[in-house]
Amino acid sequence: MQVIDYFSLFGMPERFELDMPQLEQAYRNVQAQVHPDRFVSKTEVERRVAMQWATHANEAYRTLRNPLSRARYLLSRRGIEIDAERNTAMSSIFLTEQMRWREAVEDAAGNAGELERLSDSLREEEREMFAKVQRALDVERDDAQAAETLRRMMFVEKLRVDINDARAVLES
Amino acid sequence: MALLQISEPGMSAEPHQARIAVGIDLGTTNSLVATVRHSLPECLRVDESAFLLPSVVRYFPDGTKVVGAAAVAAQAADSRNTIASVKRMMGRGMQDMEPALHERYDLIDADGMVRINTVAGRVTPVEVSAEILKILRLRAEQSLAGELVGAVITVPAYFDDAQRQATKDAARLAGLNVLRLLNEPTAAAIAYGLDHAAEGVYAVYDLGGGTFDFSILRLSRGVFEVMATSGDSALGGDDFDQILADWLTQQTHSGKQNRDIARGVLIEARRVKEALTQETAVIANVPLENGDICYVNIDAERFQLLTRQLVERTLSPMKKALRDVDLKVSDIEAVVLVGGATRMPHVRRAVAAFFGREPFTDIDPDKVVAIGAAIQANILAGNRRVGEDWLLLDVTPLSLGLETMGGLVEKIIPRNSTIPVAKAQEFTTFKDGQTAMAIHAVQGERELVQDCRSLARFELRGIPPLVAGAARIRVTFQVDADGLLSVSARELSTGVEANVIVKPSYGLADEEITAMLRAGFDNANNDIRIRALREQQVEAKRLIEAVEMAMVEDGDLLVAEEKQVIEENIRELLRTCDGQTHLAIKAAIDDLSHATAKFAERRMNEAIRKALTGSRIDDLPV
Repeated sequence: MQVIDYFSLFGMPERFELDMPQLEQAYRNVQAQVHPDRFVSKTEVERRVAMQWATHANEAYRTLRNPLSRARYLLSRRGIEIDAERNTAMSSIFLTEQMRWREAVEDAAGNAGELERLSDSLREEEREMFAKVQRALDVERDDAQAAETLRRMMFVEKLRVDINDARAVLES
Repeated sequence: MALLQISEPGMSAEPHQARIAVGIDLGTTNSLVATVRHSLPECLRVDESAFLLPSVVRYFPDGTKVVGAAAVAAQAADSRNTIASVKRMMGRGMQDMEPALHERYDLIDADGMVRINTVAGRVTPVEVSAEILKILRLRAEQSLAGELVGAVITVPAYFDDAQRQATKDAARLAGLNVLRLLNEPTAAAIAYGLDHAAEGVYAVYDLGGGTFDFSILRLSRGVFEVMATSGDSALGGDDFDQILADWLTQQTHSGKQNRDIARGVLIEARRVKEALTQETAVIANVPLENGDICYVNIDAERFQLLTRQLVERTLSPMKKALRDVDLKVSDIEAVVLVGGATRMPHVRRAVAAFFGREPFTDIDPDKVVAIGAAIQANILAGNRRVGEDWLLLDVTPLSLGLETMGGLVEKIIPRNSTIPVAKAQEFTTFKDGQTAMAIHAVQGERELVQDCRSLARFELRGIPPLVAGAARIRVTFQVDADGLLSVSARELSTGVEANVIVKPSYGLADEEITAMLRAGFDNANNDIRIRALREQQVEAKRLIEAVEMAMVEDGDLLVAEEKQVIEENIRELLRTCDGQTHLAIKAAIDDLSHATAKFAERRMNEAIRKALTGSRIDDLPV
């Protein structure tokens, strides 16, 4: 199977801001054509090729649906790989801020109301960052700026996971 | 099999000629078969009076078996040789068996899966399940007066890879062509969704005889999209029976019982449990070792108290699934109850209390899964009617991970990923000239290998010898639409395809299944042999016609040598067709398929590309 890039596969413009209902509809249209359920009584080769296309479509949709992975993918198409492990370029202000967040989440363990509050203000933070990434990628075409913001967003993402884990502990 | 008729995927060439396909609910307690006739789904009777076939198989000394009601009747008299709830043993090892199962049967530890020692010899859970499936297949063929093109077989959504593979193997042994393994709650959603023309987010609470599944689905414009699934593959109505049986035994102060008496008490416990769904109090007739009967009075409240913690165990998977999709209880449009165990009033009350609304029960909870499976089977078999167009997107229930240093798990495919899904991972060698490496795949959510379910060990061989760290081996883990894992590997710098040897931690080896199939065929009568021969001859003719047509249509996608090889293979296949062994024809068919594989792949890719471009133009907003 030759690989088609995720945007072309769904006939979407190659940019950060996407019409999500349109993306969803395009994904469904593609799956309606390639899903293995449509090829059950066909030959083994056809079934295998259908599975590869359906797998590719699922991966493409998963990547484009989530803003973080979508930005990352878009940047990699522009030749910039976001290395999550390397964070040497982080400003000390940002890192201190992150430490404070982390401590707040740890202190809030067992306190449902406080976790809820943290989750809400984190969501606010995420919204601002996404707006920034969107401007950098689609309007200013400042890929370096987008990559920088994206690295920060990965920290925020980790915080989100921590908050959700703390909530899971409360509920179980 | 038509090669490459892909202009209209899923549409049958002749819409009036329905191909017979069935849906099978292979349950812990009961099994059912259903089909779609004249556009309506219906369960098929397994005898004059019943739709439900009790999933019980009795073995006799001469190797004969009885399945269903007749076997149920013998449970207490011949408990060791009468296997019930075999689904709990599918794809499971000795160490997974609950104490109650050890008491009930003569279990033997063996490679890959536990064995049951019966008067007819050792049997695997796969073979026991195959006996149940065989009866369902025969009944379906009788009442539909025709051969089945295939079956959709349902499995608990929370079944792991080994349990799914074991189910598929059982179907093969029973002579069924498996169109798809379908998750039980998804099947129920199909039955409900198409019935109500529903839209929105639905939850399915499926408490069967031996398994609990909880799924959240989104239904919109002909797409069934499973968002999350969770559950407990060792929790079901059986556990309610066992707790009640233990309590009844305790009340009679009878101490240690023999196997048949224990089975008798268990059967009585089930009767009492079922009676308590209607009555507020029941008198249990508990058999004793000395032949007497002890009468024990039990009311509904006592039963609820005894089994309360089982009901509570279903709550945490529900919370987990909701969390996974970031939804609140109030986001759920409706809740559907599935499985015989949801008849218990306190289970219903618990579900209603959790969701703050009454659940749907209007389709018989015993039949709804088989009905949904039949609807899906009908579509998969190609009996799609004009305008009948829907798509099912399901997920993998458990995360797939790899063992890393220190017994830790690195997750590579998270749970609730839409299937089919694949993940490629790169590895390197750590010794000069290393040509092999091993990868241990596990399923589960925990961080330590020992807390997850071991899936398989993959040995990669044939890695080109290079200096340490120079080889880059790309290993692809693919989960298909049945939720089954396969692995392939390639060394990137040389492009050499590595040989992957799979050692499943649980499950029967391919050779074992093949041997069982062969044994079945050797005992088969002449009719079956002639049928097999004829089938292969028809198959060969179809394949040759399809290949020849493809070569006319798309000859430009072939190079001269490929064309030559294909033509040679066609001649060879024609030669074997005159012979009298179906295996020789099958081998020649496989050769021709192999020779046309690259060609078929190219055509298929082209066709899909065209289909995608075509659909895009049609769907662009005006």
